[in-house]
Amino acid sequence: MSSATHPGGLRDRLHLTPTTLIWLALLGTLVLGGVVVAADGNNLFAEANIVNLFSRTSVLGFIAIGQTLVILCRSLDLSVGYTAALASIVGATTMAGDPGRIVLGILAALLVSAVVGLANGLVVAKLNVNPFIATLGMGLIIKGYLDSRYAGPVGEVPPAFQDFGYTRVSLVPVATLVMLIVGGAVVLLLRRSRAGHAMYALGGNADAARLSGIRTDRTMVLAHVLCATTAGMAGLLLAARFSTGVGAQIYSAGYDLESIAAVVLGGTLLMGGRGGVSGTIAGVLILATLDAVFNLLEVDPFFRDVLRGVIIIGAVAIYARRQLDRASLRQRFTKLGAPRRPDAEVAS
Amino acid sequence: MSTPTPDVTPTDGRPLVAMTGIVKSFFGVDVLHGVDLDVRAGEVHALVGENGAGKSTLMKVLAGVHRPDAGTVALDGAPVTFSHPLQAQEAGVVTVYQEFNLLPDRTVAQNVFLGREPRRRGLVDLRRMREDTAALLADLGVDGSVLAPDRRVASLSVAQQQVVEIVKAMSMNARVICMDEPTAALAGAEVDLLYRLVRTLQSRGIAIVYVSHRLTEIFDLSDRITVLKDGHLVHTVATSDTTPDQLVTDMVGRSLGAYFPPRADAGPKQEVLLQLTGAGNHDVDGIDLQVHAGEVVGVAGLQGSGRTELAHAIFGLRPFMRGRMQVKGQDLRPTSPRDAVRAGLALVTEDRKAQGLALEQGVEANARLVLDAVTPAESSSRRGLIPRLLESLSFSARAGAREVRYLSGGNQQKVVLTKWLVTEPSVLLLDEPTRGIDVGAKRSVYDLVRDRTAEGIGVLLISSELPELLGVADRIVVMRDGRLVGEVGPDASEADILALAAGTVGEVAA
Repeated sequence: MSSATHPGGLRDRLHLTPTTLIWLALLGTLVLGGVVVAADGNNLFAEANIVNLFSRTSVLGFIAIGQTLVILCRSLDLSVGYTAALASIVGATTMAGDPGRIVLGILAALLVSAVVGLANGLVVAKLNVNPFIATLGMGLIIKGYLDSRYAGPVGEVPPAFQDFGYTRVSLVPVATLVMLIVGGAVVLLLRRSRAGHAMYALGGNADAARLSGIRTDRTMVLAHVLCATTAGMAGLLLAARFSTGVGAQIYSAGYDLESIAAVVLGGTLLMGGRGGVSGTIAGVLILATLDAVFNLLEVDPFFRDVLRGVIIIGAVAIYARRQLDRASLRQRFTKLGAPRRPDAEVAS
Repeated sequence: MSTPTPDVTPTDGRPLVAMTGIVKSFFGVDVLHGVDLDVRAGEVHALVGENGAGKSTLMKVLAGVHRPDAGTVALDGAPVTFSHPLQAQEAGVVTVYQEFNLLPDRTVAQNVFLGREPRRRGLVDLRRMREDTAALLADLGVDGSVLAPDRRVASLSVAQQQVVEIVKAMSMNARVICMDEPTAALAGAEVDLLYRLVRTLQSRGIAIVYVSHRLTEIFDLSDRITVLKDGHLVHTVATSDTTPDQLVTDMVGRSLGAYFPPRADAGPKQEVLLQLTGAGNHDVDGIDLQVHAGEVVGVAGLQGSGRTELAHAIFGLRPFMRGRMQVKGQDLRPTSPRDAVRAGLALVTEDRKAQGLALEQGVEANARLVLDAVTPAESSSRRGLIPRLLESLSFSARAGAREVRYLSGGNQQKVVLTKWLVTEPSVLLLDEPTRGIDVGAKRSVYDLVRDRTAEGIGVLLISSELPELLGVADRIVVMRDGRLVGEVGPDASEADILALAAGTVGEVAA
């Protein structure tokens, strides 16, 4: 198909995927935010502000990376906030202030999170429960457990692990670096492993995946286990920051819906099958930049939420519009009325 | 490796696939009554028959989707039992379905090697995946600069997507490829590409089962033809020993007798209810059509010829962008079904369950749907007509409150018809109104069409079943490639219509 006759040819060549778009949008947000903040007599790119911006990305980043995986599989996880809360408590109580038990605490927290994900995945894949309900129910179960057993802060995080929440390399907090490394690993998983390819297939067309010999149940369970595990990492980071394990403070912070917003903002289709972690990280950075800008401008919290809502809906509307454009490319007759046969050259 | 080397003579006699005495029934209804099919290596074997003759079921038995109730399938002389499509694929039997099993958001290479991605040191070897795909494409004589391994499938034309499916089959080392109506959605020049591919595959000694309605293709491509009728094997003949006319007779030869209600006397032409002049949009073009009061106009054409799209355009779903449309003499350009309903149009859609009914709702709720939505003011006064309409259609389900999902196909269709008739339309568009319903319900639909036209409405009847068109319509227009290519009277033969629809006669070549 020559690009001259093909309305989408130019776009195809430029390769303006949603991922490219969202990184451009991030750049735009940074520039625009920088200008607005500068007009207010402040500097968005001052050291303290940059560090602050990065710190904001790490917790949501961990959770959104995992959320990307389940959404790619046409599932989702509403229990991530509760899983993170549970992980922070398991981690802090296991460490109990003893530097020698840090590794044990980390492993325990991640293991418990993985088990939550395993349960989510099995309920979704084997019992065919809608993931919205399955993970909502799982969230309630964990909430019930945490509320009845741990009303206040519990456990103690040794100072050495608290450093995980606060040390940084130059401008970038260690936690953010770890988040980016995990993100990189997940990118590798999605691009270079059969499991990753299977996730795209499962979300794109479950029947096609099954007919291609993909074990769809296992793929779904794996995505949920990984999602809960990254939520557990977020929980450990929060425990390091709070220097103790906390329940309600974490699960009521709205990470569940915010992570879904970041994923969708990052160009991953909520219906699965398309997207990726790179876009998600850009989505998280955009949300963090907006927060930083709003903070510096001291925007009224109500107006701030309204703006965030408008931006998320607007972004998804733009993606939907692009989808429509693509659908209308397939037409037999153009406005001139002549049958279009651009494919005659295919095998020539 | 781009020059095909015929290592197997096209007809070396020994069957690669032998299906014997295949019996299959669904819910007590026999679909196949002991059918035999054998396909040789390097042979293109056409499988033909009317809709419902059992072609698809037979293919699905071969592909491992259905297990036969009786009969055997042998591959290379050894009996095989496929309980899952994957087993069939592993044995080298690959089916290319009409609805492709491709992931639109993934690349060509990713689709071809889905689930079988080549790996190196544990990681998917993207380079090899691309190279192997390019090699397979080149091997089939497809220009890699046009159909590149990195292109997203969503950006490909239907014909190119079909090439991807075939490449996928080749990557699985297919020995038998079944193609289910491969050209149904293809336009003229795209068919040539498919022809070349089929011939290339044939020269490699691959056995090809080719399901198609298009006679031209069958005679161009196939070595032998197996004809099915009502689940029975009519016969298998060498293509050179038969003719298109003979084939059509083999496929349809049955008496229709008193199946259709008597035609009303064709009185003088009455008022023109629907008139299209040079109407066109993305899907159809140059449509000139009139539907008079008291007239049933049939629309014939192959799948993908634009029949459904025509109805959708008239009904404002994909509005016309060119030409003129008039309803009862008034210019009308509906841009939504709501506009169309207000103007007195009604559309019974092809897919009853997905587009015609709210399956979880009861009969009454479904029957009131359009009335309540479009003309709420008149809803209360007209609602009373619903029980009478249902009765006139001999709707047989007793409890009106029952969810329509539990009704038979025939009764579901009667609910859909009631939903539209209660709006008292002047033009009724029927898209495959008798698909998947039993004979009794079909008769009710035909009676209804007759009665309503006698009362002065106009009907546009789209159907794939030629006997139905010939039995019910007053005249039949034939579509091909989105255009009207001819018109015949009710005394035409099925072969006449097929010839027009398949493009063997008439019209200047596209």
